[in-house]
Amino acid sequence: MTRSPSDKAIVLDKVTKRFGDLTAVDDLSLVVEEGELFGLLGPNGAGKTTTINMLCCLLEPTEGQLWVGGHDVQKEPMEVRKLIGVSPQETAVFSYLTGRENVELFGALHGMTKEETKKSTEFLLGKVGLTSDADRKAKQYSGGMKRRISLIMGLVNDPAIAFLDEPSVALDPQSRRAIWDFLKSQKKKKTMILTTHYMEEAEYLCDRVGIIDNGKLIALGSPEELNKKHGVENLEEVFLQLTGRKMREAV
Amino acid sequence: MRRISALIGKELKKLVREPAVLFLVLLFPLMITLVFGVSFGAVGGDDTTYQVGIVDENVGPYAIWSQRFVENLTTTEILELHEYEDNNSAQDELSVGNLQAVVVIPADFGESCDSFITYPANQSQWVNTTITLYLDQGSMIATAAVPPIVQQALVSTLAGEQASMSLPVGIGSPSFVDAERKTIFSYMAPGIFAFGAIFIIMIVAESLAGEREAGLLKRMSTTPISATEFMTAQGIAYMIMAILQVAVIFLMAFAIGYSPDASVGAMAMAFLIVTVFALCCVGFGLITASIAKTVGGATGIAFLFIIPQMFLGTFVSAGMTSGAGVAAGKFMPSYYVTDALTSLFLRGASVSSPAVLADLAIVSVLSVVIFLVGIVIFRKFGRG
Repeated sequence: MTRSPSDKAIVLDKVTKRFGDLTAVDDLSLVVEEGELFGLLGPNGAGKTTTINMLCCLLEPTEGQLWVGGHDVQKEPMEVRKLIGVSPQETAVFSYLTGRENVELFGALHGMTKEETKKSTEFLLGKVGLTSDADRKAKQYSGGMKRRISLIMGLVNDPAIAFLDEPSVALDPQSRRAIWDFLKSQKKKKTMILTTHYMEEAEYLCDRVGIIDNGKLIALGSPEELNKKHGVENLEEVFLQLTGRKMREAV
Repeated sequence: MRRISALIGKELKKLVREPAVLFLVLLFPLMITLVFGVSFGAVGGDDTTYQVGIVDENVGPYAIWSQRFVENLTTTEILELHEYEDNNSAQDELSVGNLQAVVVIPADFGESCDSFITYPANQSQWVNTTITLYLDQGSMIATAAVPPIVQQALVSTLAGEQASMSLPVGIGSPSFVDAERKTIFSYMAPGIFAFGAIFIIMIVAESLAGEREAGLLKRMSTTPISATEFMTAQGIAYMIMAILQVAVIFLMAFAIGYSPDASVGAMAMAFLIVTVFALCCVGFGLITASIAKTVGGATGIAFLFIIPQMFLGTFVSAGMTSGAGVAAGKFMPSYYVTDALTSLFLRGASVSSPAVLADLAIVSVLSVVIFLVGIVIFRKFGRG
């Protein structure tokens, strides 16, 4: 498959990632358009986070090529890092910094000026309902508050392309709804790749979803298209039809 | 610069806000300074004297030289001298603890001194000899304090206060000490300054292992910060911590009565040397964090670097006389830090003295090499 990566937000071309004998991602090809909110779904250990990590320059593919914002991830990692924002699966925050300091630190790491960082931080703190708690140390936060801070640490630089790995896990319904509304408001303004186990989240937010299982892309389309194609009411049914009902362990 | 300053700020906030870091960087060395100051005479003065046996084998036409040497030992008021006819009698007293040291003045001592005075600039004409010094191995303090005093008396006998001058008479471990009363703590203080900085190894290792465990290192790797910027920030942050640490230890030492006869320049040089040494400790911390899989592991592995530095290079090793121990100490960067600070604070050496500059050069080279090795190892194995 040959693609012109320059006019696409994200391109994966026959990407494979192996860890020893384990193939985490298997010959995956995918294109995400600019401004699209794309959902990457799959059971535990399907290869979602490995795929995100390769796109974020954290892992190198065993085979294949990846482009982010027109830049080859392996050849121009620094150019890719300038474009992206990442909210990882684990709630990675500095516990001894306040919520505000955590967010501002990542603004600085992205090379933003103090003024830009402050403005963006205030805006995002307001969006996730943490303005009044922003000056408390992160170690004093609840799990949900840490999750919200972690999310906006990945968005403080107003990235052209954001990778959000399970951003709403462990959030209460109110917080989750606030995050959804915020992400929805960002649609078309930036490209977002979202991984989630919440099918209603994917259905509510995503323009298109890709379902991965055993490292392979087994379905691709808008939630409506997939529901229609599989003759079911919702994405969860599609997911279960395609991946089975047997429980799995994460790898 | 913005990225580097942001990371430095983060590290310094950790120092202030994380009790464990605050304890290791500031409170622990502060406590050590206070406890040792109180225990070893910095507080309330010190009346300690050392019982030293003298065996003078130097008789004949040059006997005047050994008499002058013994007079100089007496004027220090720190040593109480007892003369013995032969070495065996003195050794008997040393072995039962009645003496802390025995000084044996060799038969050719006077001849050696005379050759030095006659041909001060012509070393080929000197008659070289060695004063034998026996020390009570059970008294760590005596083993630390007596050799420098004997050396100072020797220098005064031969060459006044010219600390850097070569002499035909040696005593094994040359040190230059002002012939005035000093507390035992005075001999320990230089090593304590180095001792405090050593714990930066553990802080760096625990900090990086913790950030790796929490996914923070990975997260920062998704931003445009370069490895050089990250490592520069680490190095600068911990050098700043070392400066704060030395300042606090100095203040505490002064507060409890420690007053080295050192110029402002000597103080500044001491800060510089400890600051450079901090870079070495960051390097060891990076290596530790690369080997360790967890924070707990980092704490344990850090001691593999801390213990040799501590026992072979700081005040803990001040009384070390074992040949192997002294030789091993010379492989420890902390040894040169302690030696330089001892020269500045105890031996009255100037900032530009060859001994201090040589120590600074060795510490600098070792620190840069260890820091660079730490960076390479951490980049390869430590980022997770």
